[in-house]
Amino acid sequence: MVAPTTQPTTSASRGRSSSVSSYLYRHPRLRLAGLLSAPMLWLVVLYLGSLTIMLVAAFWSTDSFTGALVKKPTLSNFHTLLTGQVYWVVALRTLGIAVLVTLIDLVLAIPLAFTAAKVVRSRRLRYALVIAVTMPLWAGYLVKGYAMQTMFINNGVIDWMLAPLGLKGPGLGLAATIFSLAYLWLPYMVLPVYAGMERVPSSLLEASGDLGASTSQTFRGVLLPMIFPALIAGSIFTFSLTLGDYIMVKIVGGTTQMFANIIYDSFGVANNLPLAAAAAFFPIIVIICYLLAVRRTGALDNL
Amino acid sequence: MKQISRLLAATAASVVVALVAAGCGSSDTSTPSASSSTGRPAPPTLTAATAVGAGEGELNIVVWAGYAENGSTDPAVDWVSPFTSATGCKVNVKTGNTSDEMVTLMSTGQYDGVSASGDASLRLIYGGDVAPVNTDLVPNYKTVSDFLKLKEWNSVNGIAYGIPHGWGANVLAYNPAVVTPAPTSWGAVFDPASPYAGKITAYDSPIYIADAALYLSKTKPELKITNPYALDETQFAAAVALLKLQRPLISQYWAAYTDEVTSFGAQSTVLGTAWQINVNLINGEGKVKVESLVPSEGATGWSDTWMIASKAAHPNCMYKWMDWIVSPKVNAQVAEWFGEAPAQTLACAETSDKNFCDGYHATDAAYANSISYWTTPTTDCLDGRGAICKDYSAWSQAWTEIKG
Repeated sequence: MVAPTTQPTTSASRGRSSSVSSYLYRHPRLRLAGLLSAPMLWLVVLYLGSLTIMLVAAFWSTDSFTGALVKKPTLSNFHTLLTGQVYWVVALRTLGIAVLVTLIDLVLAIPLAFTAAKVVRSRRLRYALVIAVTMPLWAGYLVKGYAMQTMFINNGVIDWMLAPLGLKGPGLGLAATIFSLAYLWLPYMVLPVYAGMERVPSSLLEASGDLGASTSQTFRGVLLPMIFPALIAGSIFTFSLTLGDYIMVKIVGGTTQMFANIIYDSFGVANNLPLAAAAAFFPIIVIICYLLAVRRTGALDNL
Repeated sequence: MKQISRLLAATAASVVVALVAAGCGSSDTSTPSASSSTGRPAPPTLTAATAVGAGEGELNIVVWAGYAENGSTDPAVDWVSPFTSATGCKVNVKTGNTSDEMVTLMSTGQYDGVSASGDASLRLIYGGDVAPVNTDLVPNYKTVSDFLKLKEWNSVNGIAYGIPHGWGANVLAYNPAVVTPAPTSWGAVFDPASPYAGKITAYDSPIYIADAALYLSKTKPELKITNPYALDETQFAAAVALLKLQRPLISQYWAAYTDEVTSFGAQSTVLGTAWQINVNLINGEGKVKVESLVPSEGATGWSDTWMIASKAAHPNCMYKWMDWIVSPKVNAQVAEWFGEAPAQTLACAETSDKNFCDGYHATDAAYANSISYWTTPTTDCLDGRGAICKDYSAWSQAWTEIKG
């Protein structure tokens, strides 16, 4: 198996590695440290560290002329955000968009995942369907963004398709933003829902039918409770991704702005890092509330 | 799930601890040098170079995209490599996307110079990030258009802080097939009863508030606006109100120039503020024909300046670069590539398109003086009325509000 010349080195290294592993076996704490030090370092230094710096910065301010940071605790950023009507309007709009995007994706994903998991018999066709759903993930974000722009723009593809019916598309704006984001995040909804559907035994659905339940009764009483955790998992993706998006709305949103634009503009345009950091509290709070609400439903227990 | 909630709790706890620690820590360590400033203090005292020695072999600059081409974008477009062979200064280019980003980059102290627009230059000067420039050490400065020298965006109290590079006006572009009669006033983009409502575009930046102020300075003389970048409470409120009225008319606010080119091409937009380069690109695509003009009220615009960092590690190379970039041939190349008027008067003889300078009114002082160049709004009014004006952070917050 091994050439004779290399054999001594191999056995030597094997001996060394086995002594290391037996040493680690005798020292469980060291073993744990070895396993977790890299991920913990990553989590604490890069993840929590950056988050902490950002949250601390929310209590600073900037010098209005030179833009230099003034590291003196103040609540002025929060005062600005809470008293400015525009921030409430944009926050509510963003929440509305996130909810609508999630609903659209749910409506599209459930029948699609059901078809792939339960209707299609051929294993090969099933995989083909799943791969087709994930296909858009292979294309770049901006490519998809500008593709949606050509769809929705005045005299674009959608206008052209609706013209024979005497109708006109919505053009660039709020509707285009919602549809484009729903398109963008659909795979993140379909995949968990598909996985959830696959875990539901077909025999249960058949039994429900045999016992006289109608299709909608089976759906509501048997299927839905079983895939509920999967729906929640998908909705966490679509909801939080929408909450943080600011590029798509720039491309297809016309004059619309979302909350992440306020964060981006505060930093990128106004050079006001503290205001941006304070604004970043909004999506964090919303997501924490969402997770707590989800926890209440018990959907996370099965994950 | 228990673990998740425990993790959440731990995260929250660690954040709180960090906040408290930072709050306690910073209260005794921070000594904000500029927070006490009321009005505008004098800029930090820095002296200009007195001589240019041999190059240091390297140069780090912050530039607008297209200002320092080394042939990597288009092999035919290259004025960096000849500079390196002539001076031995190897050029490292960092592209800044916005004026604000440029200010941030320059404050790191890692760069030798920057091509700053007027809405960045003053902040750099007063922040102490750039030093005065001894124009005698830049031979090509002599033939730079006089109407660009010692302006409020590139000098303080008669001391030059940079070398003018090029300039352009924000023009009013319209699609003559739809918009008839041709507009003559910026009123066309502000009229709430406009027949082109929903097909008008505007520039997506707080600095666009100045466009509204410029229009009001001519149409509402009772506001007494003398400089669209120096707006007190009342004047600022009037400009913001005008832009809020304009919002329902807007099809799209453009930030990337390509967005405007696309929307004019698709006829989503038929009227609105534009750069001359955008108009040329739209007409070059050939889908629609677009005309442009500077309306009767005048126009806002940009005038860029090469500035040298106060802590430049390679000052000699930077001086050589500033002279190189305004030399007739190079300045013509940059102007044609970017689509703006060259600052160098002799550049007009070097352009490949001999009508180029006429198209951009490069040597037309009257046209150039009719432009209100982008300048950083500051608390201390630029027209000398005292510290009663709205500063740029107020402008950017108002801009968020306008977009709604």
